[in-house]
Amino acid sequence: MMKQSKTNKMGELRLMKGNEAFAEAAIRAGVDGYFGYPITPQSEVIEYLMAEKPHERTGMVVLQAESEVASINMLYGGGGSGKKVMTSSSSPGISLMQEGLSYMAGGEVPCVVANVVRGGPGLGDIQPAQSDYFQSVKGGGHGDYRLPVLAPSSVQEMSDFVPIAYELAFRYRTPVLIISDGLIGQMMEKVELFDQMPRLTDEEINELYPWATNGKPKGKKRRVITSLDLDPYKLEKHNFKLQSKYKTIEAEEVRCEIIECEDADYIIIAYGSSARISQKAIQLAREEGLKVGLLRPITLWPFPKKPINELVEKGVKGILSVEMSAGQMVEDVKLAVRERTKVEHFGRYGGVIHSPEEVLEALKNQIIGD
Amino acid sequence: MTEEIIIAGFGGQGVLSMGKIIAYSGIMQNQEVSWFPAYGPEMRGGTANVTVILSDERISSPTLTAYDTAIILNQQSMDKFESTVKPGGILIYDPNGISKHPTRTDINIYTIEGARIAAEMGNTKIFNMVVLGGYLEVKPLVKLDNVIKGLKKSLHERYHKLIPLNEDAINMGMRNVKKTA
Repeated sequence: MMKQSKTNKMGELRLMKGNEAFAEAAIRAGVDGYFGYPITPQSEVIEYLMAEKPHERTGMVVLQAESEVASINMLYGGGGSGKKVMTSSSSPGISLMQEGLSYMAGGEVPCVVANVVRGGPGLGDIQPAQSDYFQSVKGGGHGDYRLPVLAPSSVQEMSDFVPIAYELAFRYRTPVLIISDGLIGQMMEKVELFDQMPRLTDEEINELYPWATNGKPKGKKRRVITSLDLDPYKLEKHNFKLQSKYKTIEAEEVRCEIIECEDADYIIIAYGSSARISQKAIQLAREEGLKVGLLRPITLWPFPKKPINELVEKGVKGILSVEMSAGQMVEDVKLAVRERTKVEHFGRYGGVIHSPEEVLEALKNQIIGD
Repeated sequence: MTEEIIIAGFGGQGVLSMGKIIAYSGIMQNQEVSWFPAYGPEMRGGTANVTVILSDERISSPTLTAYDTAIILNQQSMDKFESTVKPGGILIYDPNGISKHPTRTDINIYTIEGARIAAEMGNTKIFNMVVLGGYLEVKPLVKLDNVIKGLKKSLHERYHKLIPLNEDAINMGMRNVKKTA
């Protein structure tokens, strides 16, 4: 299920925060420009990029914009000209970017946006949360659009998912979201960095992306990127094209990890940091003789419905959806399960991290029963 | 082997950097490591703690509620974490500033006078290295040369001249840690 990215690794090991690994991966993935505005708990991304001076390493531009709204519109411009562009923020900042994301989905502009989620709603707090699931996978901005959403659950994946996100962004001409949280962003782990990939030259961009608006070539038609079309029939046709693209993504790009599910009576479904905590809960459960497995969605959209369906058909007795929210992903789990087995949600939220013991308790109380 | 550690004290005591050095030492001996901090928005004062895990296997949860080892550097942290040490586990603390000493009888308790020793060595900033020495003596899971390699990795080159001082502090800690219960 987990597709391999085309990166090479020479075994360069470092102890890094998730945010730092993400920033270093941006430089190494050959990103042309990062435009961002600081916000806890993701400020290490722009701090690291500023300190690292990627302009001297690869020519990559790093700019602190005047706001999140400015950042996302800088991405529209850069991505529209075929450049690899990136921003990152945390929940309230990502909310400010939703208009731009909707425009880019409509104009089919590739970019990568990272959300290091914090407790909400509103300004909330600065602690880890997973309560931006709805915003990430159900739209966020206005209009009929979807964004591929990758959910790393380790510092290693904060690095590895950057080139994967760009592959998706350019293959499908779409913004791609990488969603982590204060836990994955702030913790340090061992990370094996991939080797530097070259930035594309203007000639390569012209060859690869015939849609890029980087100057009208002589004797060729003017290229236009826009999300505006006042003719409803034309706009409906454009929407058909977007929808067929989303169908392809749903068919081709599902990623998930399945851990100890072969003999499992019960399944925990969790992504990102909740998946790490749930993995410990599964160890504790198995020490008590309970057969519990973990399904970890790596893409939140497209959601791994098929692997869940396969587990339901194998006859699992119950599923606990674990997320640091009041219960968002559980709706997609229920859609996949279609009432064929018991599904419940468990999670602490508002910046509180559930413990492995709490997850195990919830599994026993809500799913297994007496 | 999996070692689950909590290090807790005031912000500014070097709690997070002590954890970072242990984590780097783990990498130097090919282990999986995780380092997860918890602290308030303030730069100094307030409480800070860090969960460090060293393991020969893939690490699951980076946050925990029970620990093999607790290294405690102030009273608030003692109140919060004494009860979280696994039975048979280890609690190391600096008695300086502690009014309510630990009372558990099912764990191994050690003291290290980090603040006093660091002051005697003429540099209060190496306090955390003295305490680290105490930990390394009690639980020699990471080798001293890997700690020195870890220090080299985690310190900027312009501070490498301070590594001998840090090594002396670690050695003082190793010699002065005492079992109390």
